Amino acid sequence: MTTHRDQKFLMSNPELSHQFETLDQQAEASSLGMWVFLVTEALFFGGLFLLYTIYRLKFPEIFMECSKLMDLRLGAINTGILLTSSLTMVFAVHSSEKAEKNSTVIWILVTMLLGIAFLSIKGFEYHQKVTEHLVPGPTFQLDSMHYREAQIFFSLYFAMTGLHALHMIVGLGVLAVIAAMASAGRFTRTYSNPVHIVGLYWHFIDIIWIFLFPLLYLIGNR
Amino acid sequence: MEHEPMTKFAYFKIYLLLMALLALTVGAVYVNLGPWNSLVAMAIAIAKALLVFLFFMHARYSARLIWIYAALAVIWIAQLIAGVLADVTMRG
Amino acid sequence: MNELNYITNDYSVKSWLLTKDHKRIALMYLIAITFFFFLGGMAALLMRLELLTPQADVVQAETYNKLFTLHGITMVFFFLIPGIPAVLGNFLLPLMLGARDLAFPRLNLTSFYLYVAGALFALSAAILGGVDTGWTFYTPYSSTYSNTHVITMAVGIFITGFSSILTGLNFIVTTHKMRAPGLTWFRLPLFVWAHYATSFIILLGTPVIAITLLLVGLERGFHMGIFDPALGGDPLLFQHLFWFYSHPAVYIMILPAMGVISEVIPCFSRKRLFGYRFVAFSSMAIAVLGFLVWGHHMFISGQSIYAGLVFSFLSFLVAIPSAIKVFNWTATLYKGRIYLQTPMLYALGFIGLFTIGGLTGIMLAALGLDAHVHDTYFIIAHFHYIMVGGTIMAYLGGIHFWWPKISGRLYPEFWGKLSAMIVFIGFNLTFFPQFILGYLGMPRRMHVYPPEFQVLNVLSTAGASILGVGYLLPLIYLIWSVFYGRKAGPNPWNATGLEWTTTSPPPTSNFETIPVVTEEAYDYTSRPEIPYV
Repeated sequence: MTTHRDQKFLMSNPELSHQFETLDQQAEASSLGMWVFLVTEALFFGGLFLLYTIYRLKFPEIFMECSKLMDLRLGAINTGILLTSSLTMVFAVHSSEKAEKNSTVIWILVTMLLGIAFLSIKGFEYHQKVTEHLVPGPTFQLDSMHYREAQIFFSLYFAMTGLHALHMIVGLGVLAVIAAMASAGRFTRTYSNPVHIVGLYWHFIDIIWIFLFPLLYLIGNR
Repeated sequence: MEHEPMTKFAYFKIYLLLMALLALTVGAVYVNLGPWNSLVAMAIAIAKALLVFLFFMHARYSARLIWIYAALAVIWIAQLIAGVLADVTMRG
Repeated sequence: MNELNYITNDYSVKSWLLTKDHKRIALMYLIAITFFFFLGGMAALLMRLELLTPQADVVQAETYNKLFTLHGITMVFFFLIPGIPAVLGNFLLPLMLGARDLAFPRLNLTSFYLYVAGALFALSAAILGGVDTGWTFYTPYSSTYSNTHVITMAVGIFITGFSSILTGLNFIVTTHKMRAPGLTWFRLPLFVWAHYATSFIILLGTPVIAITLLLVGLERGFHMGIFDPALGGDPLLFQHLFWFYSHPAVYIMILPAMGVISEVIPCFSRKRLFGYRFVAFSSMAIAVLGFLVWGHHMFISGQSIYAGLVFSFLSFLVAIPSAIKVFNWTATLYKGRIYLQTPMLYALGFIGLFTIGGLTGIMLAALGLDAHVHDTYFIIAHFHYIMVGGTIMAYLGGIHFWWPKISGRLYPEFWGKLSAMIVFIGFNLTFFPQFILGYLGMPRRMHVYPPEFQVLNVLSTAGASILGVGYLLPLIYLIWSVFYGRKAGPNPWNATGLEWTTTSPPPTSNFETIPVVTEEAYDYTSRPEIPYV
């Protein structure tokens, strides 16, 4: 039950949820919320990074051999695509804070396109692995003494990049949502937090890939 | 409402730095540095991650609370790895 | 005043199922976890029935394995971990902070539905035939050899884990950003500090078990052998990842309980809590140190002896903040004006039983002793003293303490006291013999045992029946009180804390105007009495 004062205040600030007193409080809370969520995501990937560390220390040469079987060109291109998408994302945030509606929508859409490009290349790489019989399990074939331990590398490869790709797909989903919100003119000079927090999530996914790339594609030298 | 701390051009400069580091890390793979290859690759990755964290995620301009939580994530992953390594390396 | 409160605001089913009100969500959680408590309890009773005799007569070995697995999973993941935070934390945190709701009410509702979804998966796994790996899911049995519904159960726990994570996230942001004006960190009720520390653990630990269970599922479903020794994998890595969460998880289970005790003891001693800052910092210390000791579950698993030494030392350290709390609660009682209402009986029982559980924990931290009693009933007794003698007693104490606020009714005091005594007696009769059984060598997770252990087992089963009665009574009289109990005023205990300044039950948006806080916490000097009911 809100008082009369609250009703009037709420009507002039339609984006203010009832549990908050000011838009600033709401923005700070939602930012902190996203950062805290990213901490949990870091620990989620962290378990995989742990397994990778232990097994790489256990089988250093095998990991190096398997890394050479990765398509370095595609990996590098994908890294470039993601870094670019982070740039377009900050441009989107920048435009939304200035309430530049069209600019915001365009930068969000470009970010989404880059994300789709990344996932397409990833999908192509996965397909390559299938045809090269490098998927762990009954179909795995490798002409090497260490074909058993090599499966551990590829299990980690699929688990880590697969989890990353899942997060990107979710990212595309939330990007679509804020694109729609931006298109509807919801973001003003005092309310643009949704774009900001989606940006945080997107950059985090980028950071995860920044580490996955050298760990999987760049072991040792060629 | 926190005010936008950086210009589009400033962001673009960070981006160029990131792409340069990407080129560097790919190039380093073709140079035989022995055991240093891994160290170089990780150092470059950390540098890129820091650039994204500090500038794209605005951590540089954010409250200390954010820094604390970000540090917690790193510390906790580190201590998970340290604890397990302690077991695996000392199984004598 | 005939004002609408959060219960009477709207009676439609839709208004409950789609609510954003933290108080309604808390009640829905209460119903759900009570269901799981009794489900897990029935599994336990069946087990205790089997254990009346040394030979197998009630169930076969495979069924027994499924029973102790079901008992562990339902109690840990679907009762104790959500437990106090989801029910009392959700209900009270905004009220204690002087806020209208949590920071993210829709996320709170999502947490609840994630819990329900996970619970449905777990129930399906149970109904389809159950799981026999133990709640600990050790590989390679769980990842390769077990023929039971491991993946379904793992999915259920995975989903519920996210429910937990989102609740923790909500609590952290709410505590940081939504405190009323004047409510500085060191004026907060210690219940809030306890839930903040708990949320900290939830955040940093739960994702690790989530990824671990996911990997077990991948190994089972797609033969991606990360833990498979045949491929050069290390099964011990599963244990490391599992216990990295599951040890801190026990602090998720006990810290909120300690928060309840920190509220009840001052109220029923009419005295400010002794050593407020020590208790607050101890909560944080437990949260941090609790992450450094997981290897003490793996002393005889093949883990490095040197790592074991380090984990042993750290396990001794983690007992210190808990001990500090016990000293502070006891010091609060000293020269207090003691009222022995039902919540206080539970709280006093908690202090004694938690201390016993904790002391046996120190015994187990010693490598040598642990090697002797590992996988015996000594371990079972140890953790049940803490989880049941500790957490569940605190949970019941908290439910009774805040029942007038939640329901607007008083529970019948005679039945409350009687049930508390029955629970205390039943509990000790159930679990004390198990310390002896364990020390004498009776292994856990086995449905048969050497005949010389029968007497102690019979005592334990007798205790379990009494304990069951003790738990059923509150279920009955609390529900009775909702319809026929005496109506409660805003503050029947004359307690401090913002939650007691609202009506009982509170209105939907908690406060007409956000209060301004000027007093320190637990200012009982101006409230020397409970003007009794």
